[in-house]
Amino acid sequence: MTNATAPVFGGNAGMSSQYLEVRDLRVTFDGFTAVDGVDLTLMQGDLRFLIGPNGAGKTTLVDAITGLVPATGSVAKSGVELIGKKVHKIARLGVGRTFQTASVFEQLSVLQNLDIAAGAGRSALTLLRRRGSVSPQIEEALEITGLGHLRDKPAGILAHGQKQWLEIGMLLVQNADVLLLDEPVAGMSHDEREETGNLLRRIGGERTVVVVEHDMDFMRAFATSVTVLHAGKVLAEGTVEEVQADPKVQQVYLGTASAAEPEPTATKETENA
Amino acid sequence: MTGMLTRWRPLAGFGLAALVLFGLAPAVLSDFRLNLLGKFLCFAIVAVGIGLAWGRGGMLTLGQGVFFGLGAYMMAMHLKIADAELKGNDVPDFMQIAGISELPGYWTPFTSPFVTILAILVVPALVAFVLGLGVFKRRVKGAYFAILSQALAAAFAILLVGQQTIGGSNGLNRFRTFFGFNLNDPANKRMLFFIAAGVLLLVVALTRQLMYSRYGELLVAVRDQEERVRFLGYDPANIKVVSYVVAAFFAGIAGALFVPIVGIISPADVGIVPSIAFLIGVAIGGRATLLGPVLGAIGVAWAQSTLSENFPSGWIYAQGLLFIVVVGFFPAGVAGLIELIRRRKPRADAPRDETPDALPELEVAR
Repeated sequence: MTNATAPVFGGNAGMSSQYLEVRDLRVTFDGFTAVDGVDLTLMQGDLRFLIGPNGAGKTTLVDAITGLVPATGSVAKSGVELIGKKVHKIARLGVGRTFQTASVFEQLSVLQNLDIAAGAGRSALTLLRRRGSVSPQIEEALEITGLGHLRDKPAGILAHGQKQWLEIGMLLVQNADVLLLDEPVAGMSHDEREETGNLLRRIGGERTVVVVEHDMDFMRAFATSVTVLHAGKVLAEGTVEEVQADPKVQQVYLGTASAAEPEPTATKETENA
Repeated sequence: MTGMLTRWRPLAGFGLAALVLFGLAPAVLSDFRLNLLGKFLCFAIVAVGIGLAWGRGGMLTLGQGVFFGLGAYMMAMHLKIADAELKGNDVPDFMQIAGISELPGYWTPFTSPFVTILAILVVPALVAFVLGLGVFKRRVKGAYFAILSQALAAAFAILLVGQQTIGGSNGLNRFRTFFGFNLNDPANKRMLFFIAAGVLLLVVALTRQLMYSRYGELLVAVRDQEERVRFLGYDPANIKVVSYVVAAFFAGIAGALFVPIVGIISPADVGIVPSIAFLIGVAIGGRATLLGPVLGAIGVAWAQSTLSENFPSGWIYAQGLLFIVVVGFFPAGVAGLIELIRRRKPRADAPRDETPDALPELEVAR
């Protein structure tokens, strides 16, 4: 995990790169189409932000990719079809996600949280023994997320921002190369947002990172590409500048032109209701 | 230094427990009381399993009577056959009275002591495995799981009542020998107590290993955030099944030991009421701890037998009240109270780091 490769528009790894290809994805709840034929191509090393008004289908899209809700269409991770697979099988294929509300294991220590995240492939015999030494992979995640000094603290006492970083750390040790982050900076202070953005930059070079976000300032500062969803469809896609200049986007999402006033940040999506 | 301490403390604990069970108890208790304690130890063995499955795994096992009963009835069947063989009869005494002259087919495997012991070790665990897979793979959990397991205990008891070939509502009783040992001999009774004590220590040691292993951490994670565990690439059903099977395994062994110690097994010992009674001691002692369930089960059973000697009708109310108070106000049980007091203390002496280290023993119930 070097910092040599920063995320750039369109990805950075050329032909050998990992990718996630979403084709004609549809999710329907009782006749309501939450995701309506979405196509997305995500390359390794592209820090993609997924934005859109409430109810646009952003979280549902992430749910569909990770197997939480049934969907039709195709989601291929480097050629392997994910649709129809069970949640834990998809996770083992290297697709990791976080949730709007940080969901770490509060009664377990930071180290235990990471150890569990790293262990899906462990044999029964390893599981039945105590944790011995800390693997280098976990040490690295502790360092990269800046949680090293808190390793023996229960995750429940972490600050909100630290919990989100722990979640991201868990995705790293899980060996996920597609990371789907659902509003990682909601409720964070300005400094925490900065740090989270830098963290995403550090890890985004070698992975495919998708960030569902409402915070426009955060998006402008860190996104290398943006997809705008509206009513379950892809409305626009491109660099931050391209998307912001798109009149369609301005109309449905950003309100008036040029000003591009951000939406209120910590709004919750209610599209699953 | 603390490393040394934490390494020696469990060993010292086991040593102390062994000393109490194998030295002190037989020295100070009458044969009758010792036998009674042996019965409580059987409940404690069930409790250890419930502590693992419920306290650590979040599965409210309201139907452990089924597995307890399976172990108990299999042992009882073997003892009855062995007694009948000693007397030169083809069938156990109660069958003769009922006019059954031929041993029913499902009894015959239990003619062999080897098969009986093997079945006691395997059948409850196997039943729990099949049941657990079916239930947990379908993501049945919480109250639904509890109701399902309780219904199972009820069905099991009702099934037994209807079967004359297994003693009906009288159950199986009046055992004379235990694998060749005369059960009227106090020395053999004492031996049974020692077996129960030894099994309890083994069961606690095994559970300790499970709780503090990586699996134990994973189990707590599944209890608190089942969905999150799924997204880390695990199937929570498999993790839960292991604890459920272990709990059933323990309950089966406890049932098998209960039979020669108490001398009777009947549907009243395996139905809903005893299944809930198993739980009460665990809740009171502290379900998420290792020793809470053991001490809780023994304590409640002891209180029951002494109080019901003096106030026959009062105990059931006291038990109900105790259960409500503990579940309502002290979900972590007595162990949780002790932990609370222990944490309060140092703060009074010296201001310490406000953020406590994660307890390596995870002595916290949800």
